[in-house]
Amino acid sequence: MRNVWIIARREYKLFFSSPVAYVVAFFFMILLGWFFYSALRDAIIQSTYQAYVPTVQIIISPLVTLLLFVMPAITMRSIAEEMRMGTMELLLTAPVKDWELVVGKWLGAFLFMLSLLAVTWIFPIVLNFLVKPGIDQGILLSGYLGLVLMVASLVGIGVFISSLFNNQLVVFMVSLALVLVFWLVRPSSSTTGGLGNQILTYLNFIDHYLNFYKGTIDLSDIVYYLSLTSLALFLGTVSVEIRRWR
Amino acid sequence: MIEVEGLTKDYGPRRAINNLTFRANPGEILGFLGPNGAGKTTTMRILSGFMPPTMGEARVAGFDVVDESLEVRKRVGYLPETVPLYPDMTVFDYLKYMADLRHIKNADERVDDVLEIVHMDERANGYISNLSKGMRQRIGLAQALLHEPEVLILDEPTIGLDPAQIREVRTLIREIGKQRTVLLSTHILSEAQQICDRVLIINKGEIVVEDTPERLQAGLTGVQRVSVRVQGDGDGLEKLINEISGVGKVSTTHEGAVEVESSPGKDLRPLIARNVVKAGFELLELKSIDLSLEDIFIQLTREEPEPPSTDDTSEDGS
Repeated sequence: MRNVWIIARREYKLFFSSPVAYVVAFFFMILLGWFFYSALRDAIIQSTYQAYVPTVQIIISPLVTLLLFVMPAITMRSIAEEMRMGTMELLLTAPVKDWELVVGKWLGAFLFMLSLLAVTWIFPIVLNFLVKPGIDQGILLSGYLGLVLMVASLVGIGVFISSLFNNQLVVFMVSLALVLVFWLVRPSSSTTGGLGNQILTYLNFIDHYLNFYKGTIDLSDIVYYLSLTSLALFLGTVSVEIRRWR
Repeated sequence: MIEVEGLTKDYGPRRAINNLTFRANPGEILGFLGPNGAGKTTTMRILSGFMPPTMGEARVAGFDVVDESLEVRKRVGYLPETVPLYPDMTVFDYLKYMADLRHIKNADERVDDVLEIVHMDERANGYISNLSKGMRQRIGLAQALLHEPEVLILDEPTIGLDPAQIREVRTLIREIGKQRTVLLSTHILSEAQQICDRVLIINKGEIVVEDTPERLQAGLTGVQRVSVRVQGDGDGLEKLINEISGVGKVSTTHEGAVEVESSPGKDLRPLIARNVVKAGFELLELKSIDLSLEDIFIQLTREEPEPPSTDDTSEDGS
């Protein structure tokens, strides 16, 4: 476990010395700020016709979308870069277990994403001052809990994909494609029922977030994200092991 | 200690190493020689725990490289062929990271120590991306020494160094090799000759010969050779030497010297000298010719069925 922490710590620090992370974080916040501003403007216009109080959802909903696109950029480097630079040889000949390496890589990127999420608290806090009598803190907490869980599984998927290829660009594209599949794939309405549809519904990334979004915490959603994370990390470990045999 | 038995590794249909068996004892520096692509790096990767073999067994420091890989990795210092460094870290941070991964106590002090050993203490706070190739090589070596390993595996440790640094690293390796087991690969034969206690030549994944550098030179050819040079064109010299008893094959080189072969253990030089002088020649030079490791190497690793032109290039490359 100690190795996991050592690897995660280096990984986390590295984000702050690489321009990619800053660029991503910068545009992330700019876009988020812009969405926040336009949502507020709409709310003001709307409130002239009817009683309308914007909820924290106006910030969480663009946040979810942005996170889906940011993840591939944050995790594309993770293991792929070690492969390309040959430093993988160093890590795989150090007394570190393969899973410790993968989990450490995941934890470092996860912590970076959490830092990014922490910065976005600025918007709910601002909103809290703007609306009376303050925002619904239940939705805020469940919404962010959901985000943390979703980020955990997203980063897990990203690290797994990063363990498959040496090329960062390939990793980015595949991760993005996979996220879009999880995000958009829904059973067609004409063919309701059936096991296939049930599986597709179950796998959908966003559907599991809806409860958090509405302010309810459902155990099955937590289980979904945690098992997705574990599966991704398990597959990542297997992938590193397979690389040894080649 | 390194014990290897029947080690075989396939990359798909290609067999990289075939049935290697050898051992290296503590306090011994074993040189691993062979042309490019002979299987040196593959063998070292297996011994360092990077990848498992297809068949066969290897024990390093008393542990099996497959079943007890972690124990092996704790005890091996490994410098891969392409020195694995993080360019965006400082020298100190990089070594500290590796020391932490190896759970070294007082890691900061130990990092300072190894930096001093490889003479890089002045660049501790510089970024690795700014270092020259030789400096990087030395940082890689420092990394391999961090945990004072029982076994050192060095894949071409002197590549990219300037002559002064090469000498330094060789001295360092010899120093380390006094108490530890060192396996180093090289294709510089004089290097093997200088630092290794024993040499193992491999070609196409198989061990061709294993011996001390000295014995290789002396014993392998099976003949002793003497070169004779006289003033003038030396007409009749070859014929004269041919008549001396005990002389084997005699030939004249294109430089005008006569090369005489005889069975080992019998020094013909006094006899040749006396006969040559008595016949009225002015003797300029009389010396015994040692085969260099280069010659032995090329002899052993020559690819016989290849046409001569490609043969030449492969020898140049090795």
